[in-house]
Amino acid sequence: MDKDANVAVSMQHITKNFGPVAANDDVSLDIRRGEILSLLGENGSGKTTLMNMLAGIYFPDGGQILVNGKEAVIRSPRDAFDLGIGMIHQHYMLVDVMTAAENIILGLKNEGKLDMKAAAARITGICSRYGFDLDPNQKIYDMSVSQKQTVEIVKVLYRNADILILDEPTAVLTPQETEKLFGVLRNMKKDNKAIVIITHKLHEVEEISDRVAILRHGKFAGMLTTKDTNAQEMTNMMVGHAVQLNIRRPDPVNARPRIKVEGLTVRSSDGLIKLDDVSFTANSGEILGVAGISGSGQKELLEAIAGLQPAEKGSISYINDSGETEELLGKDPLTISNMGVALSFVPEDRLGMGLVGSMDLVDNMMLRSFRRGSSILTDRKFPHNVAEKVVDELEVSTPGLSTPVRRLSGGNVQKVLVGREIASAPSVLLAAYAVRGLDINSSYTIYDLINQQKERGVAVIYVGEDLDVLLELSDRILVLCEGKVSGILDGRTAEKNEVGLLMTSLGGEDADE
Amino acid sequence: MFNFVSFIPRAVGQGIPLLFGSTGETLTEKSGNLNLGIPGIMYVGAMSGVIGAFLYEQSLKASGAPMNTAAAIFIPLICSIVGSLLMGLLYCFLTVTLRANQNVTGLAMTTFGVGFGNFFGGSLIKLTGSDVPSVALSSTSARFSKMLPGVDKLGAFGKIFLSYGFLAYTAIVIAFVTAYILAHTRVGLHLRAVGENPATADSAGINVSKYKYLSTCIGSVIAGMGGLYYVMDFTSGVWSNDGFGDRGWLAIALVIFTIWRPNISVFASILFGGLYILYLYIPTGTNLAVKELYKMLPYVVTIVVLIVISMRDKKENQPPASLGLPYFREER
Amino acid sequence: MNDKKGPLFHVARRPHMVWYKAWGIRAIALILALIACAVITTLLTGLNPLDVYATMIKGNLSTPRRVWVLLQELSILLCISLGLAPAFKMKFWNIGGEGQVLVGCLATGAVMILLGDKVPGPVLMILMIVVSLAAGALWGAIPAFFKAKYNTNETLFTLMMNYVGTQLMAYFIIVWEVPKGSGKVGIINQASEAGWFPMIGHNKYLLNILIVAAVTVFMYIYMNYTKHGYEIAVVGESQNTARYVGINVKKVIIRTMCLSGAICGLTGLLLVAGTNHTITTSLAGGRGFTAVMVAWMAKFSPIGMIFTSFLIAFLSKGATEISTMFGLNQSFADILTGIIIFFIIGSEFFINYQIRRRSDGEKEA
Repeated sequence: MDKDANVAVSMQHITKNFGPVAANDDVSLDIRRGEILSLLGENGSGKTTLMNMLAGIYFPDGGQILVNGKEAVIRSPRDAFDLGIGMIHQHYMLVDVMTAAENIILGLKNEGKLDMKAAAARITGICSRYGFDLDPNQKIYDMSVSQKQTVEIVKVLYRNADILILDEPTAVLTPQETEKLFGVLRNMKKDNKAIVIITHKLHEVEEISDRVAILRHGKFAGMLTTKDTNAQEMTNMMVGHAVQLNIRRPDPVNARPRIKVEGLTVRSSDGLIKLDDVSFTANSGEILGVAGISGSGQKELLEAIAGLQPAEKGSISYINDSGETEELLGKDPLTISNMGVALSFVPEDRLGMGLVGSMDLVDNMMLRSFRRGSSILTDRKFPHNVAEKVVDELEVSTPGLSTPVRRLSGGNVQKVLVGREIASAPSVLLAAYAVRGLDINSSYTIYDLINQQKERGVAVIYVGEDLDVLLELSDRILVLCEGKVSGILDGRTAEKNEVGLLMTSLGGEDADE
Repeated sequence: MFNFVSFIPRAVGQGIPLLFGSTGETLTEKSGNLNLGIPGIMYVGAMSGVIGAFLYEQSLKASGAPMNTAAAIFIPLICSIVGSLLMGLLYCFLTVTLRANQNVTGLAMTTFGVGFGNFFGGSLIKLTGSDVPSVALSSTSARFSKMLPGVDKLGAFGKIFLSYGFLAYTAIVIAFVTAYILAHTRVGLHLRAVGENPATADSAGINVSKYKYLSTCIGSVIAGMGGLYYVMDFTSGVWSNDGFGDRGWLAIALVIFTIWRPNISVFASILFGGLYILYLYIPTGTNLAVKELYKMLPYVVTIVVLIVISMRDKKENQPPASLGLPYFREER
Repeated sequence: MNDKKGPLFHVARRPHMVWYKAWGIRAIALILALIACAVITTLLTGLNPLDVYATMIKGNLSTPRRVWVLLQELSILLCISLGLAPAFKMKFWNIGGEGQVLVGCLATGAVMILLGDKVPGPVLMILMIVVSLAAGALWGAIPAFFKAKYNTNETLFTLMMNYVGTQLMAYFIIVWEVPKGSGKVGIINQASEAGWFPMIGHNKYLLNILIVAAVTVFMYIYMNYTKHGYEIAVVGESQNTARYVGINVKKVIIRTMCLSGAICGLTGLLLVAGTNHTITTSLAGGRGFTAVMVAWMAKFSPIGMIFTSFLIAFLSKGATEISTMFGLNQSFADILTGIIIFFIIGSEFFINYQIRRRSDGEKEA
């Protein structure tokens, strides 16, 4: 064993399973003081799970954790705090109506009388020491995302943590804010703190970290010294070699432009750019794959087309078979369907958006068809037939049509959703992470269904996270990076590492504005 | 000329039960519990005190002993506290431990509590086999409403500020203390966090259930004392069924009107109390109907406040964010 | 690793319980509640517990008149619950039933008093129906509008609207009081019976009961088989899904609350034109609140509400009989109602959650 005095945490042979899925499989790595370690990996590669075991959110199924050379049992966030480990999660745990200082001292009991002045003074001390810009008396609801993040970091430092883990800290920051954060992290590094940042942005890895640990499919793929490596090497380790999946890919027939997106710019409610001047065309009879690190604007893109997301500028035009063009942007889903645009959407949030969990199969089929006819009564026969057909053709395993969909397995839920969306004979099919959480057989069923739609002449826009699938399924691949289109590739010729590089950096220009 | 010297004491008398009720409900709501059982709890608090005082007076009558001032005050007070506390515990057990719907639980408690008050109010004599014509606890009440000696010599000043029984001052002290605790102590900070965002409070190591139980139970006891004040001081110990009326709901209105601040409630309760009796002081001629419209004012004003705070959307003035929602930490 | 800090038991959401088990638990809760009620009655009256129920049954069913009164009570409670149910199904906490009923009463009374001898009978009746429904709908729509537009807390808003309604009623009672100074309106149109519901045969209650039966059927169909009912269910379950399929959530909220208030207003019509023929501030008599519990206990199903309103009406009449028999106060019924609801509310926990011993799940450590 490496008995380096600088090692703050040593994770050895860590294994964690969720049901039959191994989230982490025999992972070993060291975290050192006075160093910034990047933890790099694709979505679902087990980065956050691994760090959650240090933060006391999960307990490992196997392996051991040494903190400062001693074996540690971390069962709760409190245990982690006691060991000086603090983690800043992606979802901030802050009380909106309280000030920064109130949030920072929340839950501390052993400090006697409440003295906000003393607390504010200590906070100001921490801030000036590391270069944070924070007003202790500012209310959280008045803060930008980056200020909220600062509060979370100071909260951890206030509790004397010297091992800091940040889960994708830059995902919500502007480039300027990211620079500021990195400055602070460097100060903390000088102060001999051990810092881990979970990320999948290569240029950030190169800029900030000393070493980089790479995970792939829950396994440890390697440890690199940042200054001795390059983006291509890291990408290759992260995505691995291309795997043959043998997904059918019929050639597009009679492809014609169907959806034309031009200059689409979308901001989130807190003012962050989610889509930045996005332009592309989706053709009928073709699958347009959308690749990107999660949160690069995929959700906003699909929702904007579906009429669920207002945009700042740009246009989305629908071109029908006779070549007439209609604007979709600024219209709600009902207006779009009343215009005669048969648009189907398989959203990422299946039970929170696409389906109603407590309703049965028939009622869920009815979500799309309940307006049929002029009667005030709903027509149950039609959705009943659709449900029967979907159950039959997609081999949905369910006790019956009157079973609430919440009780079905993930794969069957997805079959119900996809089945309903294609039952309405769409001309455009939007699908987000259609096979997430599904087993191999169900996944292939879904690929088949999507291919059938393509052969019917539907314009399919497929957002995926598995590059191997995107490379074999898509006719063209649109790569999004931080809300921008970083490239549109031919699915038949694109290389995996090429896509991977486009996903993590904006082509050649990198992060320089 | 408007007669303030006579108006203010009556407004205060009307306002004090509301002040108790709203302070109790504010404390409760700060933990995220919307306790619609407050009207029932105030009935129970009043009736428990009445039962205690009634039994004490009956036992004195039987033994012929003189009344002991401490006993005359503490027996009803403790009975009232125990009664309201049990109601608070019941509410917490159902909504916190068993995660029942807060609205339904609260309304059931109000049905039960009002029923409890009116039932014993109407049946106490029969149940105890006493031979008195009505529940009139005048000698106990005299102890509750006793004002400081010499106040009557102080003229208008004495009448406006010093002419009340000790419970009235207790109400004001409790309101200010509650406001201080909520705003300036660690316990208050933690309690507000529980009501705003229980998941965050939980992750910060605050025991959410404990805070909900404590604030709701203490809030119930405070509210119950409002009922006790009403019957022992305001009505001079005479219980009449449904006499307490809808003051419990008015107390909940007051919580909104004061945007969850008990210190404002000290003045607002007197304002509400004043609106309640304003018709007596305004020349309306023979038109008695108008007085009913005056009684509507507190509710209308409250609705306006509710609309304005939601329109302005200023975060500090909103109801606690988790108000009415049960908290359940999913097992990880 | 024996440092188990957590409590011995932990509670987990139950994935699903088969329907007969769930109803079994509710039945057990009801039986326990009835036992608790009997014990309390026995303690207070000395009545043998079995006799408690015998008395209750007698109080409800011993004469045809009593059966009719029970059915009338049941209908009124059911009608308000039917009004509240669609709002609750939409997760809109309408606890303003009391006020919505009262303004319905007031509107009916106003038409009867002001136009009773001025317009022909059928016109009067139509006016009463329209005005009472409209008044209730307005009372429901106001909080709904602000909820939809500004997300104003509807629980508190509807609650306050109750008392605005009550005071409005109190105001007009004095405006229209007969004789002057009595503070009462008295029987409206006693001589002409203008605006009174016709009796069917010699029965004063039958028409009300039939109307409520019709409303029950209507609401059953509305909630389960119409497009509106379907939209309500989707909005209640997930506003996100509703938007996804293009349902206008604000419109649904306001429309549903108009209906909810209108049915409560209709209840006011039944009370004034059907049975009481007068207006007082206590016409709703707390039933607007009781109906919340009735609707909730039945899981907002119109058929279920027939049973829950029967349960509450029966109990209430039964307890009244006991209190009359022993010279006790009528409010005894409220105590029993409260106890039964506490038990039923509590029982839901055992349907939705399960309690496991800590040691079962912690083998992994």
